[in-house]
Amino acid sequence: MPRSLFAKIWDRHIVARNPGGADIIAIDRVFLHERTGAAALRRMAEQGRSVRDPARVFAVMDHIVDTRPGRGDGTLMPGGEGFITQTREAALAAGINLIDVNDRDQGIVHVISPELGVVLPGLTLVAPDSHTCTQGAFGALAWGIGSSEAEHAMVTGTLRLSRPKTMRVTFTGALAAGVTAKDMALALIARHGSGGGTGHAVEFAGDAVSALDVEGRQTLCNMATEFSAMTALIAPDEQTFAYLSGRGHAPASFEEPYWSTLHTDHGALFDEELTFAAAEVEPMVSWGTSPSQAVPVTGVVPHGPARAHEYIGLAAGQPIAGVPLDAAFIGSCTNARITDLRRAARLLRGRRIAPSIRKALVVPGSSQVRRQAEAEGLHTVFEAAGFEWRMSGCSLCFYAGGEGFAQGSRTISSTNRNFEGRQGLGVRTHIASPETVAASAVAGVIADPRELAR
Amino acid sequence: MSPFPQPLASVAAPLLQDNVDTDIIIPSREMRFTGRTGLADGLFAPWRYSDADNRTPNPDFVLNQPAHRHAAILLGGANFGCGSSREHAVWALGEWGFRAVLAESIAPIFMSNCLRNGILAAPLPRPVLEALASQQVRIDLAAQTVQAGGRTYSFAIDAEAKEMLMHGLDAIDLTLQQSSEIARWTCQDRQERPWVYLGQVR
Ligand code: SF4
Repeated sequence: MPRSLFAKIWDRHIVARNPGGADIIAIDRVFLHERTGAAALRRMAEQGRSVRDPARVFAVMDHIVDTRPGRGDGTLMPGGEGFITQTREAALAAGINLIDVNDRDQGIVHVISPELGVVLPGLTLVAPDSHTCTQGAFGALAWGIGSSEAEHAMVTGTLRLSRPKTMRVTFTGALAAGVTAKDMALALIARHGSGGGTGHAVEFAGDAVSALDVEGRQTLCNMATEFSAMTALIAPDEQTFAYLSGRGHAPASFEEPYWSTLHTDHGALFDEELTFAAAEVEPMVSWGTSPSQAVPVTGVVPHGPARAHEYIGLAAGQPIAGVPLDAAFIGSCTNARITDLRRAARLLRGRRIAPSIRKALVVPGSSQVRRQAEAEGLHTVFEAAGFEWRMSGCSLCFYAGGEGFAQGSRTISSTNRNFEGRQGLGVRTHIASPETVAASAVAGVIADPRELAR
Repeated sequence: MSPFPQPLASVAAPLLQDNVDTDIIIPSREMRFTGRTGLADGLFAPWRYSDADNRTPNPDFVLNQPAHRHAAILLGGANFGCGSSREHAVWALGEWGFRAVLAESIAPIFMSNCLRNGILAAPLPRPVLEALASQQVRIDLAAQTVQAGGRTYSFAIDAEAKEMLMHGLDAIDLTLQQSSEIARWTCQDRQERPWVYLGQVR
């Protein structure tokens, strides 16, 4: 019987099937970060339990680390240092892999995992972080869990799970110039709602998906959690294998026949199928406080929940382009890889951000990305344009206390969440592609990146 | 973990908005320590306090109203618990005294976090939630029913999740009972997928 990629990976990992309906699924990799990892590691130790196979568990410092140059364990988040030092102590005690604050491989968990060949096609990988689905871009089954589940995965090497339903989202045709994976994700969630993927493992397919580079694929899978999907995945192809070959923990070659079985068979059935014409996607920007509240940058603010209009301070019927901005942010596991930075820098070269933009940051997704960008001279482009060039981390993708955008300010951001208070108290976040962030920062208002590119 | 009360009887506190995310349930800045306690004070901080810095209560917020102050049942809208996977949201709800979250739909990671901490999380249709708002509600987990005002409604729950809640079972203990099966599977898998198994930690 023809099977989906999801079914092939899931079935391969079934250790036992229990009468209650849940399967015991083998977990190949666990990734932790300092914001939620210490809680799982400490509790495990308190219960007198240990990690079953420490070589397959990784921890990194990314969420609350300082992103100003010259950093140590100190962080602007009140009490934040404790998260870093306790995660370090607990990781060393547990004997797992630790990628510390100033390690040359440090970076945002979902950005460094493929860089280090930790995620591989066909693996199961979990992390106590909702954007773990990003790593599905490499054809792995990767999803976010809570701390208790992380403990379960580390101690037993498995999780107890009910099999999710499957959905395939096919993007047919080709994207128009100036339109990116970020716009695909936002357009999908805007059309089908933030609950559109609930209970499903989503496979992204179609010509427009195959045409994305591995980084664009990560951006697309990243926002599956904003679609309420359990996870997303994309079948690996030559490009995927070429990217991973010989990296860190990855095999030197992917020639064994097993690797070429990792795709959805022709005729496999899904519980749900959605189709999207890629050519219809335009550069998108969020207007409200949920990622589903997004419109084309050429569009107007629609009628939404009163609370969203009130928080964001925009009325229905008003064009989204031209809304004045106070801040700009390029960063996060959604859009801070090298190609994201190159595309933003291309628009910023020889230009300056508007005087009304009081804070503008570029935070590379990993230390590797930072070194690569510096080798290409991108940092000088950003700095000349008026952006601060930071060390890698999650930074102002989320507000942890400490550093934030000014209260009530309006920010254009390459991140994935525009929730109330996500980037600071009362901060109004508009999420968009790095191109749209760059073009808007130059204009000082929300702007269509295609105009600047002309 | 204590077994789920049979029955659970409490007033139901209504928070019938859509997309209540875990950042609202417990903002990141309220997660001050790496432990799982001391979180109730920060529960719903952005809405519960009109000034979070000096903890001035917002009298309009549902949990600040005397009738709902001791509620053990929370009612939510669609996509409740979306956003960050932080289990702190569930720890904070549990520390406050909640044992059940009934909502139009519940974000998947949040739902499994609830179940792992002895909190029932189950979806119910909007009109039922509206009928339960601020009522004395009785949840019978064994029968999978919710009663209020003389009416009975049923809810769905995964069989294993129900079993674990009813008996206060710990998932890790349960799985460790199958250690030998796991060991056997792993031994075989090592032969078939050697690339999964990594060497020493550097
Ligand atoms: S960059 Fe943002 S979304 Fe990604 S892991 Fe960090 S905090 Fe989460």
